[in-house]
Amino acid sequence: MSKPKVFEKPTGVKDYLPHAVAKLRRIERNVLECMRRWGYEQIMTPTMEYYDTVGVASATSDQKLFKLLNQRGTTIVLRSEMTSPIARVVSSLLKETPFPLRLSYHANVFRAFEEEAGRDAEFFQTGVELVGDPSSEADAEVIALAIASLQAAGVPSFKIAVGHVGFLNGLFQEALLGRTEEQENLKSHLLQRDHVGYRDALKKLSIEDSVRGELEGILRLRGGVEVCDQALSLSGSPDAQAAIRQLCEVWEVLTAYGLQDHVLIDLTMIGDFSYYTGMTFEGYASHLGFPVCSGGRYDNLLAQFGRPAAATGFALKTTRILEVVGDDEADENRILIVYTKESRREALLEAERIREEGLVAVTEKEDVLKDVLPGLRAEAAKGPFVHRGMAFDRLVVYGLEKEGRA
Amino acid sequence: MTDNGVLKVAMPKGRIYKQASKLFREAGLSIPEDFDDSRKLIIPVPEANMEFIMAKPVDVPTYVEYGVADIGIVGKDVLMEENKDVYELLDLGIAKCRMSVIGLPGWKPVIHPRVATKYPNVASQYFREQGQQVEVIKLNGSIELAPLIGLADRIVDMVETGQTLKENGLVEMETLFSVTSRLIANRVSYRLKNNAIQALCDRLSQKIAVRG
Repeated sequence: MSKPKVFEKPTGVKDYLPHAVAKLRRIERNVLECMRRWGYEQIMTPTMEYYDTVGVASATSDQKLFKLLNQRGTTIVLRSEMTSPIARVVSSLLKETPFPLRLSYHANVFRAFEEEAGRDAEFFQTGVELVGDPSSEADAEVIALAIASLQAAGVPSFKIAVGHVGFLNGLFQEALLGRTEEQENLKSHLLQRDHVGYRDALKKLSIEDSVRGELEGILRLRGGVEVCDQALSLSGSPDAQAAIRQLCEVWEVLTAYGLQDHVLIDLTMIGDFSYYTGMTFEGYASHLGFPVCSGGRYDNLLAQFGRPAAATGFALKTTRILEVVGDDEADENRILIVYTKESRREALLEAERIREEGLVAVTEKEDVLKDVLPGLRAEAAKGPFVHRGMAFDRLVVYGLEKEGRA
Repeated sequence: MTDNGVLKVAMPKGRIYKQASKLFREAGLSIPEDFDDSRKLIIPVPEANMEFIMAKPVDVPTYVEYGVADIGIVGKDVLMEENKDVYELLDLGIAKCRMSVIGLPGWKPVIHPRVATKYPNVASQYFREQGQQVEVIKLNGSIELAPLIGLADRIVDMVETGQTLKENGLVEMETLFSVTSRLIANRVSYRLKNNAIQALCDRLSQKIAVRG
């Protein structure tokens, strides 16, 4: 590659200018505050982790991890998500703290995507982990909190689709007992969202037509709670039945929260089978082609760090939410103070007073402004004005007695 | 993006469009056969509660992946090459052809094998799976020229009838996979416009089953 131009950055990373930062911070603040009110305490972990611990345990595929070598030649990864670092902390620093643990985070994470617009290499996630509670109440709690968080972030309209990895696992095991390779093949088509390939693979399987029909039928298992009833009649497998019963429980709790209108049941929604162990969910906002949050139950992860425990959680894709949230927040109240050398003390005291009130005060010496001051005063007399790219509500001038204050 | 909203459909311009619109019409959707002003890029089809985005075929998966189109129609060849994160919902059974390796008759292995193609990802993957290390040369059209003038010893390209090959004295050596057009959907639209998309799928698949 040729030498980069001075303004260039590596592919997939972004600068955030004041306007965007204000919006991002507002989302972050509101969402973290929402999580705090649900009893989740915020933690921070380092940007870098060992490949052999957090890197390997992570749900992110190997080729999407940013890897570097430290001076001793040990492989380091830039964190690709926050769940595995938190699992590490829960199993080490917090290992004496009794369950359930409620933790929240806001962090930048890194993914090495192939060169592709719309896929950031560094982006922000805000999320929670609820560790040590295997119940459906816990699953429903994180879904309800995800909904509350999306509302706190200001996402105008959205839906959450909830599925369960146990259903398909049980169904496939029952229909294709011992035929692991064929099961994996079917799952991989579903993971790639390739329904055509899935149907073709079914056609080639030597199974009874009734079973084939059932396996094809799962592609339609999307909708409200009635989907659970359809699913129960599809499979007698104990695993699949247990999965559906859990989903029904989660639905029941969500109904008690009064959130059933936000939630769809979708048994075609496939998370990563090797990572998730129970219910999984994704959130979708109108006018955005990518999910805004995802989560689920991952009961096997903590064991990899030596403290086996059930866990469930989610992450908001905060960088994407930035695209759908409006800029409705009223502008800050800003005051421009102009002063002469003689009135400096008085002006700076006034600025301090304004800042203590929580408003913004910007000070400028009058001789820097000389030529533009009359124009500014005229504008300020009419209302809010713009000075050097910044919006102000008021202009206060010190030391030019003749004209007095504007 | 409500369930009752207009469905945005990324339609491939050209050959596939004619066959796709015919299938849509047979399935009972009132879709115009051709548009008077073919330069128009966004065409409302209020009769079917749709809006067509007329796109270059290879760009269809991109529009759908980003969600600027809810669904799209695209050849399996493009899907294999572009590898986008979209739902592949339905095999429409139209625009049938196949992806093949093509060469001059009597081809023998060469020291530095070169393969010219419009589909570099598909070609690289195929030869890697065959255990062959080849140099893939990306061309944008008239791929058949490459073996004739010695740019490459083989090509990977779509074959519909084989007429072009015959006229140029080329032969089909192997078939990679057969190609038809597919209905694809965006991840979010697939959930938020579930009813409209499922209804369309059902109407189309009934028709496809009848056609056989």
